[in-house]
This record gives sequence, C-alpha cells and structure tokens, in this order.
Amino acid sequence: MSLVEKHQKLERNSVILLIATTIAVLIGGVVEIIPLFRTETQIKPVGDIRPYTPLELAGQNIYVREGCHTCHSQQIRSLRDEVVRYGHYSIPAESMYDHPFLWGSKRTGPDLARVGGKYSDDWHVAHLKEPRDLVPESVMPSYSFLMKKGAKIDDLGSHLKALQSLGVPYTDEMVELAQQDAIAQATGEARTDTSGLAERYGEKVNARDFDGQPHIVSEMDALVAYLQVLGTFVDFDAIKDVEDEAP
Amino acid sequence: MSDKNNQNHTGKGKGKDIDHATGIETTGHEWDGIKELNNPMPRWWLWVFFITIIWSVWYWVVYPSWPVPGGATLGTKGYTQEGALKESQQEIFARQQVYLDKFQQASFDEILNDQELYRFAMTGGAAAFKDNCATCHGAGGAGQTGYPNLNDDDWLWGGRLSDISQTLHYGIRAGNMDTHLSQMPAFGKDKLLSREEIEAVVDHVMFISGQVKADSEHGAQIFAQQCAACHGENGQGDREFGAPNLTDKIWLYGGDRHTVYETVYNARAGVMPAWKDRLDENTIRQLTIYIHQLGGGEQDDMAMEEEAGDVREREDNAGQL
Ligand code: HEC
Ligand code: HEC
Ligand code: HEC
Repeated sequence: MSLVEKHQKLERNSVILLIATTIAVLIGGVVEIIPLFRTETQIKPVGDIRPYTPLELAGQNIYVREGCHTCHSQQIRSLRDEVVRYGHYSIPAESMYDHPFLWGSKRTGPDLARVGGKYSDDWHVAHLKEPRDLVPESVMPSYSFLMKKGAKIDDLGSHLKALQSLGVPYTDEMVELAQQDAIAQATGEARTDTSGLAERYGEKVNARDFDGQPHIVSEMDALVAYLQVLGTFVDFDAIKDVEDEAP
Repeated sequence: MSDKNNQNHTGKGKGKDIDHATGIETTGHEWDGIKELNNPMPRWWLWVFFITIIWSVWYWVVYPSWPVPGGATLGTKGYTQEGALKESQQEIFARQQVYLDKFQQASFDEILNDQELYRFAMTGGAAAFKDNCATCHGAGGAGQTGYPNLNDDDWLWGGRLSDISQTLHYGIRAGNMDTHLSQMPAFGKDKLLSREEIEAVVDHVMFISGQVKADSEHGAQIFAQQCAACHGENGQGDREFGAPNLTDKIWLYGGDRHTVYETVYNARAGVMPAWKDRLDENTIRQLTIYIHQLGGGEQDDMAMEEEAGDVREREDNAGQL
C-alpha cells in the first residue's frame, strides 16, 4: 500500500480525520501559546520601568476611550528608518505593565511610544484642543472637550487593585492613596505637597498643572500626564552594555 | 478496514469505479449522475508542498524558532532583530563615515567653509528639522504664536552658532540644570501691579513699539521700575533673560493691546524641550548649522573654542546686543 493510499484512509474516515486534525491543531497551538505563559523568559529585565501613576492611568483610559490607538501606534520597530525618526526601538519590558498594551497596528499619525518629553505641556494642550492650530495639514480630530471634563479619579483605587491582581507591582498603600496621588500630580509641587507621590513612584514623576487649570483635575491633565511619560522610563545610554552583551 | 468501510463511503460495490470516458477512477461520489474523478494532486503542487516542509525544518535549525525552557532555540545563524538593525545601520554609517569623520572633528567655522561638509550638515539638518521641530516652529521655521520664527534675525536667546547649540542641547525652561531659565512675573495674577498700573505700562509698551504716538508718563515710570531689568531700559530686550525686544514689529505672543495686557497680567513662559538626550551629537550640530543658515545667523568669533556653547561666554559678548 503506497503512502498515498494510506492517506486516503485518513481522508475517508471522518472520525480518524477529526482526531488527526485535532492533534495537528493542538501541536500548533501549544507551540504558539506556551511561550506566552512564560513571558518572563522573553522579556529582558530593565530596572527602571515603573507602573503608571494613578493620573497617568486615568490618562491611558482616556487614550483608549477616545481611540487614539486607532491612529497612533506605540511600538517603534527595530527598523533603521523608524529608529532614526522615533528613537530607540521599543523593548518588551516597556509595555510590561500595560493592560491593555497599546502597540496598535495603524499609523495615521506618528508613533507615540517615545513622545514623552518631546513637546511641552502647552503644546500638547493646544494640539489636542485643535491640532490644526499647530500643524495646519493635520487630520487629527479636536479634543477640546477634555479641558472641561473632570477626570474620573474616584475609582482609581479599584483600578490599581485590578492591575495588582494581574501582577503589576502596586503596593496596598498606592491603592489606598490612588485618588490623592492623582490630585497631587495634577496640581503640582507649587500648590500642594507631592512628596508622598514622589516617594511612591520615584523622584522623576512629573507633578505639575498640565493643562493650565490649577483647580481641577481635568481629563486633559490626565491625558497629557500620560503622554509626557511615554517612553521615558528607560535610559538607553545606561543599558547599552546589557544590550551589547545580548546575543 | 475496509472493504466494508470503503463500501460505506463509495456507496458502490466492491472494487474500483472507473469512469468510461477518461479511464480514471472516480471518488464514488455521485450527484444526479455526475461523478467526481479522483485525479491525483498535480505533481508540481505536491513538490511545492514537500519543499515547504523541508524548508521549515531548515528554518527551525537556522533561525530562532522553538520555545524551550528559558527562552527559545537560538538558531545556528545567530539572527536577532537587534542584530539585523545594527547591520542595516552600519551600512548607512559606512556611507556617512566619509563625512562623519571630518564632520565630528571640524569646528563650526570649518564646516561653513567646506562645501561638502556644509551640504552634509544642511541636508541632515533639514531632515531632522521636519521630524522634530516643524510641529512647533512651522514647516519652514516661520514659527507661530508662542513659537519663535527662526528665519529672522530677532533672537530671544542669541543667534550665534554657540547660542543655538546651547539652546538645542538644553532647551528653554526644560527642567534641566543647564537650560535657559527666566520667568517674567505675573504682574496681574500675583497682584504685583494694579489694573490701572498695568493699563499704564501697556500704554507705554504700545508707545515704544511705535503703535501709538502718545506715551504714558506713569507707564514709563513703572516700566523703568518693573520691566527694564529684563527688557532693557528702552525695551530693546535682553538675551540674558530671553526677554524679547518690545520695540520692534516682531512679537512672540502678539503686540495688540489685548494680548500685551494678557502677557503682563498672566506672564508667559514658553517651553522648548531639550534635545541632548533625544538626538545624537551629530544631528544637533547639523541642526545648529541649519538654523543658523535659515536667515538670521549671527557671526561668532568664538565658534572654534566654543563648540558646545557656554552660557557664561555670553556675558563677555553682552556689549554686542
Ligand atoms: C484620525 C486619526 C487620529 C486620531 C484618532 C488621533 N490622532 Fe493624534 N495625530 C494624527 C495625525 C495625522 C498626526 C500628525 C499631525 C499632527 O501633529 O497633528 C497626529 C499627531 C499627534 C501627536 C504628535 C506626535 C508627534 O510626535 O508629533 C500627538 C501627541 C497625538 N497625535 C496624540 C493623540 C491623542 C492623545 C489622541 C487621542 C485623544 C489622538 N492623537 C488621536 C491623527 C490622529
Ligand atoms: C514643543 C515645541 C517646540 C519644539 C518641538 C521645538 N521648539 Fe524650539 N522653541 C520652542 C519655544 C516655545 C521657543 C521659545 C522659548 C521662549 O519663549 O523663550 C523655542 C526657541 C527655539 C530657539 C531659540 C530662538 C531664539 O530666538 O533664541 C531655537 C534656536 C529653537 N527653538 C530651535 C529648535 C529646533 C532646532 C528644534 C528641533 C530640534 C526645536 N526648536 C523644537 C518650542 C519648540
Ligand atoms: C524677570 C524678567 C522679566 C521682567 C521683570 C519682565 N519681563 Fe516681560 N518677558 C520676559 C521674558 C523672559 C519674556 C518671554 C517669555 C517667553 O518667551 O515665553 C517676556 C515677554 C514679554 C512680552 C511678550 C513679547 C512678545 O513678543 O509677545 C511682553 C509684552 C512683556 N514681556 C512685557 C513686559 C512688561 C510690560 C514688563 C513689566 C511690567 C515685563 N515684561 C517684565 C521677562 C521679563
């Protein structure tokens, strides 16, 4: 009996075919899925990544709600042209605490993975209010209503808690003081005590009035705080050695 | 198996059912008298199929593929995306090296006097400007409200190569140790001046900028006390503080009464990001030359010594403001 004929048996018996197909699909699935359970083996550890502050998290929620990711990616691929334009390619550790990650797959606008620090707060606010004021040919929608809406910060504690259960290293203290930290960050050193915030999230945290409205924590505050921190965690000059060692 | 089995499937009796017209075996399926021929797969198709299987085995060996405890098989070729990037960058570096070797060592003066290096700087500068600066300063560097025009010879912080280089490295009010820093007081908001006093000093600003004929005496007094320290006695500006010239027609925020009032009431503090950590040194040098050549570049006798730009040097040159 030739190989072809043997195969015919497989094809002609639906039960055998079903079993064989299932086995083939299982092998494929296992090979693809198992590595995802072991991401810690894929992610090169980088010391400086911190979880988002509550205010930045509120900003990320607005980013998702407004669908910014439908026009903006947050992943700089390791291609020459992208690295020239956007900076160091994204590394897995940088989106380690993103739930959901916002790599995106479409670029109507530029990649935002390293937009933090590229512009001033004023620029972001003016740009989000009316992109065409600054970039005449822009097709980005206007988000001026973010100025007037208060950010949803009363439930940030639960939000942190949910992330905590997913393995994001928020401490119980952070969970408890989430709302307070959000207000402190959007108000800034000049008007309030931000030392607790700095203690919990590091000295480098941007704490200031982002939107020029010191008395409210607007959605604009939250979104700009989020944008200003994107891609700023890792000091790539400092980890160059680690990279050079990599295979 | 399988005579019986076969029977079930073909629905025919024992043995093969041969199609009379072609002499080819049928699958035994029949629809309204139409039968399906059991032609073998085309040979070329099978070959392609077998080759893909062989290729996949080759791929497993050569490239990183199978997950194993502690990572994945690395493959014999040692391929990584990082490595591939480095290689493709090397290719460009190698091409640029012709210029870079000279460019890195040349002083700004030498670059300006060397056609090739100059072209290299201008091309790179123009490209980097589009990627990083155009969104604030406009595509042609013409600026917009709050973002200065870089084409003219009206400078806030200085238009010599060393000044521009300093501005680019450390930014303006950008929150680092070496950044340009100054803060005009918010005279109204912080109640340093009353509304009447602000009105008066605005009148004076309107006068020195040539927009109205009549000066306000009271305003001139206030100006001398409150503003001259930064903007200069005659309002001609002072680069030490990045304080704009108030006597010309070039305005950063606007020269109409309403806007000037707003400026004095709330103050302004334009922020320009620092580029030291975002762009590499060569790109910053290219940009410096590009900005300098846009139109308003000023001569700099000290360009040779003063590569990276040093604020302290500026004081020596304060006279030429
Ligand atoms: C319809 C697509 C679209 C959507 C939706 C969109 N953008 Fe944009 N965005 C653009 C385009 C196009 C540009 C480039 C032109 C410009 O700067 O305005 C841009 C530019 C930007 C920039 C400047 C990036 C740089 O490096 O110059 C930022 C920041 C930004 N967008 C943030 C956002 C945020 C935050 C949201 C969601 C609230 C958003 N965008 C939604 C299309 C979009
Ligand atoms: C976030 C917007 C922003 C971006 C991006 C930006 N600038 Fe600026 N730049 C400013 C502002 C605002 C000022 C004026 C600050 C002030 O009010 O003193 C300025 C000032 C300057 C000055 C000083 C002008 C003077 O009169 O002394 C130079 C030179 C300059 N920018 C060059 C650049 C270059 C080159 C780039 C790109 C690498 C760039 N800028 C990107 C906002 C920006
Ligand atoms: C501590 C220094 C300082 C003092 C004092 C000061 N200014 Fe200024 N002024 C500045 C600086 C710096 C800027 C530029 C702000 C920027 O670039 O964003 C500026 C900008 C301005 C502008 C905007 C110019 C334009 O091109 O749009 C006006 C008008 C002005 N000042 C008027 C005044 C008047 C009137 C007073 C006195 C009542 C005064 N300033 C006192 C530092 C000062």
